[in-house]
Amino acid sequence: MTSAAQHTPLYQQHLDLNGQIVDFAGWQLPARYQGVMEEHHAVRRQAGLFDVSHMTIVDITGAEAAVLLRKLVANNIDKLTIPGKALYTCMLNEQGGILDDLIVYFFADDDYRIVVNAATRAQDLDWINQQAGSFSVNITERPELALLALQGPQAETHLTQQLAAHADTIQALKPFNTLREGDTIIARTGYTGEDGFEIMLPAAQAVRLWQALIQAGVTPCGLGARDTLRLEAGMCLYGQDMDASVSPLECGLSWTVAWEPDTRDFIGRQALSEQKQQGVKHKLVGLVIDQRTVMRSGYKVFLDDRQVGIVTSGTFSPTIEKPIGMARVSREVQDHCEVEIRGKRYNARVVKPMFVRKGQALDGVA
Amino acid sequence: MSDIPKDLRYTESHEWLELQDDGNWRVGITDHAQSQLGELVFVELPEVETDVGSGDACGVVESVKAASDIYAPITGSITAINDSLEDEPDLINTDCYGDGWLFETSSTDDAQLDELMDAEQYADLIAD
Repeated sequence: MTSAAQHTPLYQQHLDLNGQIVDFAGWQLPARYQGVMEEHHAVRRQAGLFDVSHMTIVDITGAEAAVLLRKLVANNIDKLTIPGKALYTCMLNEQGGILDDLIVYFFADDDYRIVVNAATRAQDLDWINQQAGSFSVNITERPELALLALQGPQAETHLTQQLAAHADTIQALKPFNTLREGDTIIARTGYTGEDGFEIMLPAAQAVRLWQALIQAGVTPCGLGARDTLRLEAGMCLYGQDMDASVSPLECGLSWTVAWEPDTRDFIGRQALSEQKQQGVKHKLVGLVIDQRTVMRSGYKVFLDDRQVGIVTSGTFSPTIEKPIGMARVSREVQDHCEVEIRGKRYNARVVKPMFVRKGQALDGVA
Repeated sequence: MSDIPKDLRYTESHEWLELQDDGNWRVGITDHAQSQLGELVFVELPEVETDVGSGDACGVVESVKAASDIYAPITGSITAINDSLEDEPDLINTDCYGDGWLFETSSTDDAQLDELMDAEQYADLIAD
């Protein structure tokens, strides 16, 4: 399935910075440069830079682009009324299972862009093309564009220094809004729980911007820190916290399902309605263990000696300095449960699946 | 380049061993191993007096990213463990051949000692 290893336009930069290269969905990407902890703290306290060019950028344009997207995704793209607005959503199958999570960017009624996961690229494109059928749309992948994520409390300062001509616009940019200048798109979005930007731009410019930001003191960050940061922020990872066997109602993503207007017949709607009527059996919770250990994806969750769920993501939180995780559990789970780690049960506190925002542990987590 | 002290012995699973004055062997993980694992955040060690067989998984070291087993390099009984690792697992990163040692074990089958690698052989192993 996976062909030869793929390199992003920033590959040489990763090597120059002594990145520890690993394979991720067929891409050669840095797991870390100096160390996950250092990179993690840089994003929470200053600014960090990630190469996420492996993610798949697809333009959906044409007279019926909106018609296709109303059917294709569970959130409602008609919430996007101002050009440049972005929306987080899931793409579902007929059974309500999550095929992928993605961001939809709106530029005009006939001009949208989506960014989907690298690991699901091929099946996403097949699915989208299949659903597009006879609609009047163009579905165009944009592999020539790189994608950088500049994240952290000092992200704005660094970006405005590099792009001085757009400084005012960048400062005024609200979360989930974008600035488009030719082939460059700057979005105030991210996957870390910090302020920051995701920047799509042509490869040569991406290399120059990367080098300038690193030169200015921004910390290069790898996939390891990306994972610990998103987990502390309580953001789901496709393939781990959710997949095609799980609906958005079961993994904390109900807020991304737009039921109104009830005339919009998005794929998976029927199945989700039925699930809602019958009662959703699972929920996504956050877990914190107040002992030195680490919980990992796949560990079992118990309540009174009965297995009631499974840890979907787990790590040792660099900010809180305790083991944290997300778990999909049956609805009966309330304040406490137990996690089995190498045959031994540990008490876990059940919290909202969001541990850290803007550098600070949330109330009741630490 | 990895630091590989000349006076230690090594295993293929990246543990080092050092003979102590009391005849027992002190065990840790190599510089190469700690560098591959990244910053360690948790260490689980065997209990003292546990009998272990050569190659048995007898502990775990965890980075933020993953858990990795520690293997008993020789057959024997655990005689001491490094308690400081409970609060400071990153001692393994900062001083893997010194304060970051893991445990000490007796040897009940000295023939196994001949199968351990010396520094030169271990350097060849990780060069591949």
